[in-house]
Amino acid sequence: MAAITFLEAIKQALFEEMAADPRVVLIGEDVGVYGGAFKTSEGLLEKFGWERVVDTPISESAIIGAACGMSYLGLRPVAEMQFIDFIACCFNQLTNFVAKGHYLWNAPAPIVVRGPSGGGVHGGPFHSANPEMYFLHTPGLKIVYPSTPYDAKGLLKASIRDNNPVLFFEHKFLYRRIKEEIPSDDYIVPLGKAVVRREGKHLTILSYAAMMHTSLEAAAALAKEGIEAEVIDLRTLLPLDEETMLQSVKKTNKCLVVHEDTKTGGIAGEIAAILAEKAFHDMDGPLVRVTSLDTPVPYAPTLEEAFLPNAKKVFAAAKELARF
Amino acid sequence: MPATETRAKTRLSRQQYLDLYYYMRLNREVEETMTKLFRQNKIVGGLYSSLGQEAISVGTAYALEKRDWIAPMIRNIGALLVKGVPPRDIFTQHMAKYTSPTKGKDGTSHFGDLDNLHIISPISMLGDLIPVMTGVAMAGRYLGQKIVAMTWIGDGGSSTGVFHEGLNLAASQKAALVLILENNLWAYSTPVRRQVPLENLADRAKAYGISSYIVDGNDAVAVYTTAKEAVERARAGEGPILIEAKTFRRRGHAQHDPAEYVPQEQREFWEKRDPITLYEKFLMDEKLLDAKGKKEMEDKLAALLDKEREFAEHSPMPPPELASEGVYCTGPECHDLQPRWERDVTELLPPKSSVEPVWTVEGFGRGKSSSRENAPIHFGDTPQTSEQVEAEKSAARASAPVKRETKPAAKAAVEKKAFAKSTARGKARS
Repeated sequence: MAAITFLEAIKQALFEEMAADPRVVLIGEDVGVYGGAFKTSEGLLEKFGWERVVDTPISESAIIGAACGMSYLGLRPVAEMQFIDFIACCFNQLTNFVAKGHYLWNAPAPIVVRGPSGGGVHGGPFHSANPEMYFLHTPGLKIVYPSTPYDAKGLLKASIRDNNPVLFFEHKFLYRRIKEEIPSDDYIVPLGKAVVRREGKHLTILSYAAMMHTSLEAAAALAKEGIEAEVIDLRTLLPLDEETMLQSVKKTNKCLVVHEDTKTGGIAGEIAAILAEKAFHDMDGPLVRVTSLDTPVPYAPTLEEAFLPNAKKVFAAAKELARF
Repeated sequence: MPATETRAKTRLSRQQYLDLYYYMRLNREVEETMTKLFRQNKIVGGLYSSLGQEAISVGTAYALEKRDWIAPMIRNIGALLVKGVPPRDIFTQHMAKYTSPTKGKDGTSHFGDLDNLHIISPISMLGDLIPVMTGVAMAGRYLGQKIVAMTWIGDGGSSTGVFHEGLNLAASQKAALVLILENNLWAYSTPVRRQVPLENLADRAKAYGISSYIVDGNDAVAVYTTAKEAVERARAGEGPILIEAKTFRRRGHAQHDPAEYVPQEQREFWEKRDPITLYEKFLMDEKLLDAKGKKEMEDKLAALLDKEREFAEHSPMPPPELASEGVYCTGPECHDLQPRWERDVTELLPPKSSVEPVWTVEGFGRGKSSSRENAPIHFGDTPQTSEQVEAEKSAARASAPVKRETKPAAKAAVEKKAFAKSTARGKARS
């Protein structure tokens, strides 16, 4: 059992699902001959042929529309956005048509829309997006944002097998910077379940994707100062695992949310509302947010570093919160 | 009117001629019944008329086979009726009744039927259905079903970005798509001349390298024979085909709109060319229909529509608790989504799955991947030094396999060396 990268985990999930189920097809820009801009579909064309690995024109709305139409005939298409930033180009198709189908006319659309997201790699303002919150407001979609190779593989498989449209965000910073040994047998990680990554009793840190690792780093530093932070990886943002969150907060009485998405309208605000509604009497301090700045993602390394949260910022905020 | 393709002269059977007449009359009677219901305040939302455009909805849908798929637009009630939708579904939809196909969750012709009639629900955002139906056609080909997908668009909708994306994808995929462009001269209050600087909207087909037809949309037989030929060509693998049907929207955009912006002489010109009146005269001249036959059909329609309207009027409104139900499919017990395979599934699975493509693009690779192991990727990629590789190897040896679901402690098992870079993200790309 060799350690594999996050990227390899995605590739394995795609390969295994396609090998096991002829309903699964892949559609997107440069996914075939080139194997995807990030090589997540490398070799799939040779293995599965032109009908199942479809190179398209640069037409995000058409990619989503076609995936949706394919799903109506019983297929389970995986649609790739070359960079997740471009999901904005098919916003209408996703939010007005795909997401509403089951509610309105009993038409489930089992499609997965996946693509590389997130910053920290100097991709600039159009190649670094975290667009999860544009979609969190859309009933009918599910949103997954994994942080480890194990989860990436298991969650992608679960997403492909789910009967609903799933937006699957892959943090590109993690693609080749993180490795993990994962089992060789078939497994899934169920959607809608958060996981406790580190146990603690003084405060809860809720996070996901690349920031989960930043949070763990901060938690390790906090431990040296006697502050035991419990770190929870949300993994799925829609539906949100309220139970795991509430359970932890009832124990620690303090909550810090760390996300790479910008602050205003970020998921921390939604979590703050949930805790205010359901755990008001358990809270011994304010909900604290460590997020990116409310700006576009800047390009220069110095600017991007200032824009993004990091372990130092999380550490400082947590220390402050722990004083309550 | 320049025809962009020559059309075979097809003679229809007597039954086919009468079917076209029946569905056009049914289309009009259904809408007239709804106009009355609207005036009685029994239609909950808007009402969109296809008065004068019935030959297009009916003639095109009639060219399809049962296995084929449609995605109609708001004014294609006739296509729904031809596909087999009972009038009660259209009445209950407009009246927001619990017995409607969407149980009151949506109105008008916004409903579908994936399992039996192969109808995909319209959406108000114009053009979105073109790529959706392209996907239907692609999936049909993949499943070996030999189906044709048909959808409609107006002169107005032909200016959307997704019209272009959809038709271009369909063309590049040689999808069996037939797109009916109903040029009714008006997009709400904006005349076609102000939207598109083209005499014939069918000319748009040239941009996609696909075939097109122009047809008199008020001539039922011409519409049908054109659509029939297009459907056969699409089914034979020729790729998507665009049909521009020239017509006129005789009512306003919706019931509330008196359409005073329409010049009187234009209205008069088209009112003299009512598709049902013209077709009826043709049938009488050809002795395919007489006064007695016409009366019998009218009686049949009246009886049917009375029954269907009464069903709708006596249906309940949906219970309030329905509002929160059905956002998500809950799994196989909710929908067991199985395709209808009409080819050998084993040829799609390894080791045989690299089947020859059904069509090829010259110069576009050979179905072989062009990349290699650990090929460079956009951003995200950090060239490693030999020291780093060694450090990773030893770290990998040190870290034991971990169970993520059960053990709560830090199980991310991040490669320590590799991830340490995240603290100094500004320097991550060396």
